[in-house]
Amino acid sequence: MRSRNSRVSTGVACLLAAVVFFFGAARAEDATAKIDNFTFAPARLTVKAGATVTWRNEDDIPHTVTSTTQLFKSKALDTEDSFSFTFTEPGTYQYFCSLHPRMTATVVVEPNNAAK
Amino acid sequence: MSDSTRSDRNAGVSRRKVLECMTWAGTGVLWTISGGVPLSLGIIDGALAAPASKLTFLQISDSHIGFDKPANPNVIGTLEEAIAKVKSLPAKPSFMIHTGDITHLSKPAEFDNANRVISQAGLDVHYVPGEHDFLDEGMKLYHDHYGTNAKGAGWYSFDADGVHFIGLVNVVNLKAGGLGNLGEEQLKWLADDLKGKSAETPIVVFAHIPLWTVYEQWGWGTDDGARAIELLKRFGSVTVLNGHIHQVMQKVEGNVAFHTAMATAFPQPAPGSAPSPGPVKVPDDKLRSLLGITEVNFVRGQQRLAIIDKPLQG
Repeated sequence: MRSRNSRVSTGVACLLAAVVFFFGAARAEDATAKIDNFTFAPARLTVKAGATVTWRNEDDIPHTVTSTTQLFKSKALDTEDSFSFTFTEPGTYQYFCSLHPRMTATVVVEPNNAAK
Repeated sequence: MSDSTRSDRNAGVSRRKVLECMTWAGTGVLWTISGGVPLSLGIIDGALAAPASKLTFLQISDSHIGFDKPANPNVIGTLEEAIAKVKSLPAKPSFMIHTGDITHLSKPAEFDNANRVISQAGLDVHYVPGEHDFLDEGMKLYHDHYGTNAKGAGWYSFDADGVHFIGLVNVVNLKAGGLGNLGEEQLKWLADDLKGKSAETPIVVFAHIPLWTVYEQWGWGTDDGARAIELLKRFGSVTVLNGHIHQVMQKVEGNVAFHTAMATAFPQPAPGSAPSPGPVKVPDDKLRSLLGITEVNFVRGQQRLAIIDKPLQG
């Protein structure tokens, strides 16, 4: 009995851990954005705090992903190059391509209540 | 050179020629300065029609060495063709200007390849940077190659045969949502540079992004370009030469003539004619009619500076 209880509680603990991990991960799910035709897509991306956003350049021309507050700045991304940034703090982050500054977009980071 | 082009060589910049220019992506433009005003003669074939000139120089632009996409997988080859065209000119030009985007990604080998090919023209070359020439960390390579005697991000001026040439940089510190940018420091330098110059001094300004707004939606303009033009308005003859848009566009406003050159690398669409300004893939046999060089002639006593846009072919 005792050993069985112990096994059960271990199982429950594992399940709980998995659930916490699952929801924790889900709430800070990573996201991708695309650069094509001199445009960031989506133009407004919403993620939870802790999420990593990855931009991939699918254009024939290099672009950058540059925060208007200099929080992040990619190198020039050639075709098929990617850049990632992890947003730890909630807020609204505007960014643009420093080579083609008419290209602008926004990442909205919402609080992640599941995370510590 | 084709006979058909030669036959209208006395027509100056005919409407047909201008319309042709608008469809070209670039070889080079040949300029002549006549009586203080640069006059476009058209693409290089037409340059042969120019009267004996005092000063002739060439403009090439947007060689994008390192670009390898379908719109032109061989940009070294088309640059070599452009330089061959330069060497074949019957009268040797005084010098050449390159209005930026020498390289595609600012890699050392790209600068080296560009220099290897361009130096074969055997001419002095005055460069200004495009945004593609400042992609390396610290923007060092362009400066090491071309900017050691320049001010700020690479601006400078020089004189040739009584004409004052000004190379400007409008590809740094670009603001989100904005266009090309000269900035306060450069505008102040420009004002100082022009101070004391006689209004009769012919002025040629060259920069990568057009100083006038060609098409704002695609960023084809310079936010504070009008402030530079304001400083130049008192001069009787001002010619503004730009690249960036990979096609010929011309505009005259008072004493100021604006002209953009074809690229040697790949064509870009006419403003608003495509979803984005990205490279245009044309049939292989058409590409060389869209790439070219520009020749400019200056002749004292004539009213305009002659600009000849010359495609690599056709």
